[in-house]
Amino acid sequence: MRAVVVGAGEVGSSIAASLADSHEVVVVDVDGDRVDRLTFDIDVLAIEGDGTALETLEEADVAAADIVVASTDGDETNLAVCGTVKTLSEAFTIARVKRTAYLDTWQQTQGAFGVDFMVCSDLLTAQAIVRVVGLPTARDVDPFAGGQVQMAEFRVPEGSPLAAQTVREADRFEGLTFAAVLRDDEIEMARGETVISPGDKLVVIGSPESVQAFAAALVREPAGDVSDVVVVGGGEIGFLTAQLLERRGFAPRLVEQDAARARVVAEALPGTTVLSHDATDLDFLEREHVGEADVVIAALDNDETNLLVALLARSLGAGRTVAVVDEGSYVDLFEAVDVDVAVNPREVTAEEITRFTREERAENVAIIESDLAEVLEIEIDEKSVLRDRPISEAVADLPASVVVGAITRAGERITPRGDTVVRAGDHVVVFVRTEDIERVTAAL
Amino acid sequence: MSRAGTRRGLVRALRVEWRASVSLVGTVVKWLAVALLFPFAIALADGRGVAAIGGTIFVAVGLGYALERLDPDPDLGVREGFLMVALTWGAVSVVGALPYVIAGQGTVALPVNALFESMSGFTTTGATVMGDISLVAHAPAVMMWRQETQWLGGMGIVVLAVAILPELSVGGAQLMDAEAPGPGIQKLTPRIAETARALWKAYIGITALEVVALYALHLGGLAPNMGLYNAVAHGFSTMATGGFSPEARSIEAFSAAVQWLVVPFMVAAGTNFALFWHVMNGNPERLWRDAEFRFYLGVLGVLAALASLLLFTDPSILVHPDVGPIAGNLESSLRHGVFQVVSIVTTTGYASMDFNDWNSAAQFLLLLGMFIGGSAGSTGGAVKIVRWYVIGKSLRRELFVTVHPEAVRPVRLGGRTIDESAIRGIYAFTLLYLVCFLLGAAFLLVDASLFGRGISTFEAMSAVAATLGNVGPGFGVVGPMGSYDGFSVASKLVMVVLMWIGRLEILPVLVLLTGAYWRS
Repeated sequence: MRAVVVGAGEVGSSIAASLADSHEVVVVDVDGDRVDRLTFDIDVLAIEGDGTALETLEEADVAAADIVVASTDGDETNLAVCGTVKTLSEAFTIARVKRTAYLDTWQQTQGAFGVDFMVCSDLLTAQAIVRVVGLPTARDVDPFAGGQVQMAEFRVPEGSPLAAQTVREADRFEGLTFAAVLRDDEIEMARGETVISPGDKLVVIGSPESVQAFAAALVREPAGDVSDVVVVGGGEIGFLTAQLLERRGFAPRLVEQDAARARVVAEALPGTTVLSHDATDLDFLEREHVGEADVVIAALDNDETNLLVALLARSLGAGRTVAVVDEGSYVDLFEAVDVDVAVNPREVTAEEITRFTREERAENVAIIESDLAEVLEIEIDEKSVLRDRPISEAVADLPASVVVGAITRAGERITPRGDTVVRAGDHVVVFVRTEDIERVTAAL
Repeated sequence: MSRAGTRRGLVRALRVEWRASVSLVGTVVKWLAVALLFPFAIALADGRGVAAIGGTIFVAVGLGYALERLDPDPDLGVREGFLMVALTWGAVSVVGALPYVIAGQGTVALPVNALFESMSGFTTTGATVMGDISLVAHAPAVMMWRQETQWLGGMGIVVLAVAILPELSVGGAQLMDAEAPGPGIQKLTPRIAETARALWKAYIGITALEVVALYALHLGGLAPNMGLYNAVAHGFSTMATGGFSPEARSIEAFSAAVQWLVVPFMVAAGTNFALFWHVMNGNPERLWRDAEFRFYLGVLGVLAALASLLLFTDPSILVHPDVGPIAGNLESSLRHGVFQVVSIVTTTGYASMDFNDWNSAAQFLLLLGMFIGGSAGSTGGAVKIVRWYVIGKSLRRELFVTVHPEAVRPVRLGGRTIDESAIRGIYAFTLLYLVCFLLGAAFLLVDASLFGRGISTFEAMSAVAATLGNVGPGFGVVGPMGSYDGFSVASKLVMVVLMWIGRLEILPVLVLLTGAYWRS
């Protein structure tokens, strides 16, 4: 497959890098230095030029491209790139935007701006945060099969009732499949005899209700419903997070230092209490009882400040802390110093774009633990090894790392058992190690 | 520099093209003659009042042309607009007073009384100085003119002028803003003349509906004395929230069915007419979604329930000599409670009974009601319900911010947030309104005391609240069946000014008194 990436900023270059392994990639950027650097860093063809200009796109040969990703920093530029590409080529166009107004327009009018798929990184990040808030102790939650199935990653806390149990003992949740146990950055497939210990991360796949029930069983005293949420930072991510929380019935508090921006946020969010102050001021945090919050979300522009805010909130006694981390390599570091969940916008964006660059028929993807494994949703066709066979027989033809987590047939959810027979047209949600993905997608 | 030099300097420094304003006032006065044709037709049919109305038509046309010649090509700026609006209301009131003077009948023939009656009419106040209100003492044509002045003033003379005069289309939005009740106008259509026409169409439509409904009651036998003349006369003054009636006993003179029917029309008159425009354009849900409208209905409901309860339980008015049983009678106490509260809060000023006979608690509720007023963009006067709503919300915000000093909490009206500067404007207006009220009451009391006509504090306060708020009747001597004739000339002139500034919401008039307005 041939892919053209316009705009080689942080997101653009990371997409180019992840595609370069298995595809032909052309990168276009206006910055000559950046183009030079890319040429040496990764195995792509880098072209200097304006991605909205016809001659640049012709030079990049978009007519032969299968996919074009517009990921410059300018929303309008990205839309113009996609619109121009459509005049030259049949390629699938992906645009990255910041303003949610464009996303709304695109969603309401099929194919507006010549964009086939639109990715709003800030909104994706906000959605990822809000999914995590909804499930106590969850680190990552992704919906599959139109929301019928959820994939969730949990960390087992100290003193959890499930600690020291085997997977077979813990597996008592109707409709829930244990996919894997992550221990010291190693993936262990969930076998019946695997013993769960504190600090482990568990990946489960199942119905939203069963995931909810599992989340409650994981902690000794179910904390009850999360009600008090504090969002620190009124930037686009913080704003969208508060907005999504409002829509889910929360009445969040949002702290934004800049008075003018705080006013804008307060005007747009009637259900949110907006406070205009420096969120690293300990007196202020105490006065506003931030320590009594169930969840504190640090969504400022600066990673270091986010870390500081999360740690301050933790020291005051906040229930859980979520931090936005721009620098991907900090994610583990943050979680090592007691930030419960670190969300990386670029990882979230890459995950979303990867959905459409998968060569095979994967319809939905979640990336586990910085690309150690993936959860895929695949529609079974006539050639699949799973078709018309019980799962217990079919797995022999698949790598050992594959777990069939859930099946939906005509919108109905089926809990997979060894004797379940998969038919053509079924959607299966599978857990796969990253190194086996090519083989698995080919076989299914 | 010599004194003469200073004065010349001042004249040269005048930055207001007053000729342009006066010229446009002339145009409006000229067109007033068209409005006078309706009572003129009645006069011709009836035979009485032909000279009074005909003479006024003659003066209106002549004066209008004369003023228009001051500036053949008027060009309105922001400042000229304020002057034009303020002068227009003064000029039409003066010309509108002529029929009473020329007819020469009763107390209202005295020039100061005629001006009071005319200003009270155009500003939709409904305070009267007529001693003998009847079609016997006064010509039906003059009495109909009295009703029609209210109707013209209700939706606004300047709004009407913007709707029909093409030369006002450019500065029209600002002119309407200066005249229209409430903070700011809502442009409904791209062209301001279209908006003005839409508002007048809604106004004419609902007025016609009321006239038809009242006359239908008459034809159905439920309202013996509500003939066509009375139906039109009351249609004019209900939809304008005016309050004049050709009957001396106001709405008390009519059956219970008429009183119940008038209530929803008074409520409609106190509603933002832009909402009716939306309803007529097929968006009836806009009415119920409007925060001001819901608050307005809520205030009316609570006050009406309280007043009805007070009437129902008050043993001192078990049976009223004029209107029969009240206390203990559910229909009658509910009817009078609801009617009177709606009449006062919308600043209509009709009376279904003499509320001077109510107990002091119920009377005080009505005095409070005089300060509430109708919705923004309605024909009602006083402070306007939307301002109280915003003040209430911003005070609640103050309390919240006291506990959370860093909180940023915009004040919302429905789905929209309100600018901090707009809130400041609302506080300033309301405070100014209360200052005018207190100073006016003080003037009336001092004046009355110096010239030996003792009036009570409550009477003076109610008289000022009723004229400044364009309500009409107050309490005691100025009660619904009483008259303002007992005041001195000075007090009457002060109340004329109160009605004038009350209708234009003080600021467009007060700004003319500042030096900065006249200088560059």
